Amino acid sequence: MNTPTPYSFASLATGIHAWLRQAISNDTLLQVTEMVITGVCLLVFLVLLCFFLGYMERKVAAFMEIRLGPNRVGPKGSLQIVADTLKLLFKEGLTPNGADKFLFNLAPGIMVVTSMMAVAPIAFAKNFQIWDINIGVLYVSAISSMAVIGILMAGWSSNNKYSLIGAMRSGAQIVSYELSIGLSLITIVILSGSLQLSEIVESQANGWWIFKGHIPVIIAFVIFIIASTAEINRAPFDLTEAEQELTGGFHTEYAGMKFAMFLLSEYINLFIVSAIAATIFLGGWMPFHIGSLPAFNHVMDYIPSFMWFFGKTFFIVFIIMWFRWTFPRLRIDQLLNLEWKYLLPISMVNILIVTAMAIFGWHF
Amino acid sequence: MGSASLILLLICGMAFAAGGILLSLLLAKSSKNSQKGLPYECGIDTIGPSWIQFNVGYYLFALIFLVFDVELVFMYPWAVVVKEVGMIALFEIIIFLFILFMGFIYAWKKGALKWM
Repeated sequence: MNTPTPYSFASLATGIHAWLRQAISNDTLLQVTEMVITGVCLLVFLVLLCFFLGYMERKVAAFMEIRLGPNRVGPKGSLQIVADTLKLLFKEGLTPNGADKFLFNLAPGIMVVTSMMAVAPIAFAKNFQIWDINIGVLYVSAISSMAVIGILMAGWSSNNKYSLIGAMRSGAQIVSYELSIGLSLITIVILSGSLQLSEIVESQANGWWIFKGHIPVIIAFVIFIIASTAEINRAPFDLTEAEQELTGGFHTEYAGMKFAMFLLSEYINLFIVSAIAATIFLGGWMPFHIGSLPAFNHVMDYIPSFMWFFGKTFFIVFIIMWFRWTFPRLRIDQLLNLEWKYLLPISMVNILIVTAMAIFGWHF
Repeated sequence: MGSASLILLLICGMAFAAGGILLSLLLAKSSKNSQKGLPYECGIDTIGPSWIQFNVGYYLFALIFLVFDVELVFMYPWAVVVKEVGMIALFEIIIFLFILFMGFIYAWKKGALKWM
């Protein structure tokens, strides 16, 4: 495990830390400086990530529909999203007459803050996390479920029937699917015995949970992907913003930068659920290891850990984008039936099987 | 980085959202029009108030959700220690889930999961 990896973010971070410690003697000042650096890096990373995800979304859509997709602005259309953002920046931010102005302006902020705070415990590379909190799994599910408050706020304060209906649907949908997400995360918590994301990744050093955990973990993984697609309001569960029924759902009345904030938080949430799925089930930054083949494991260790993490994450992002062009949108009663009558009972029985598996040591 | 990162992320998020919206306020052109502030309903005038009654079903699902959410919070600490505790933990969760499942089936039979 202790092979030196060629590109290590952890050593970069410790290097910067040591250098700053030399330059700045005051401890408080040092911490503030490091926080500013982290904050700026994080914001730049998240904005670039959203540009990339927006571009990827459109290119994947085009690929699925045998079109070309954006191809005019920049090489292969890669600057299209930048152009769109600039356009949104120059648009006037409308507030409807009867709207509750305070809540209307607060809602996009809440969406962005909740989605950014959920980034904290994600392990981007080996020993490279913003905050290695010991209740990481619980933290992410707690923070990301706050997004529903922003959506309800946006829908209610808009003074628009479409927005209100969209927000109500989203409220029912997000809280329902949160249960399945929680239950499928608990299966891995049972197997690894820890809520800390770094420890969960370490527990997969001799094989990812999806391989070690037999069929119950695969069931949990599938349920997690379905439920998290619903949790972030993406098609086929995009009843919240169903264009054909509700024009824009909860963000019908939003324009300009405020709308861009909703879009941004949607893409960050997409990244977060994919990153969590990759960390919990597919080993995060852990290279592909096979239990008793040290030579093979050694070769795999030479691929940098951040490439493993982003490779897995974008694989899941691609699957979720693929869903959008494969399945038709569900009706609200079908959506709630799927959760309450299928996914929830299945995941509860699944928990029992996984518990037995963990106690009797049936997993690898 | 410790718990200070929570404050950092909070400030980052708020500064980003506020900064973006304020920047667009500075840059964007604004025009006056009496029709601009009307609720958007694809060009048709709104009939009645916009804050209308909505289906009670949304509330029912939220109520059942509460029960299961508390269950989920209980299961997190249980899941961490289940390997050390062993068989007792398994029996305990079987009894726990059995009682919960009875309640769930009761709600199902009473029609709480039916969309009206």
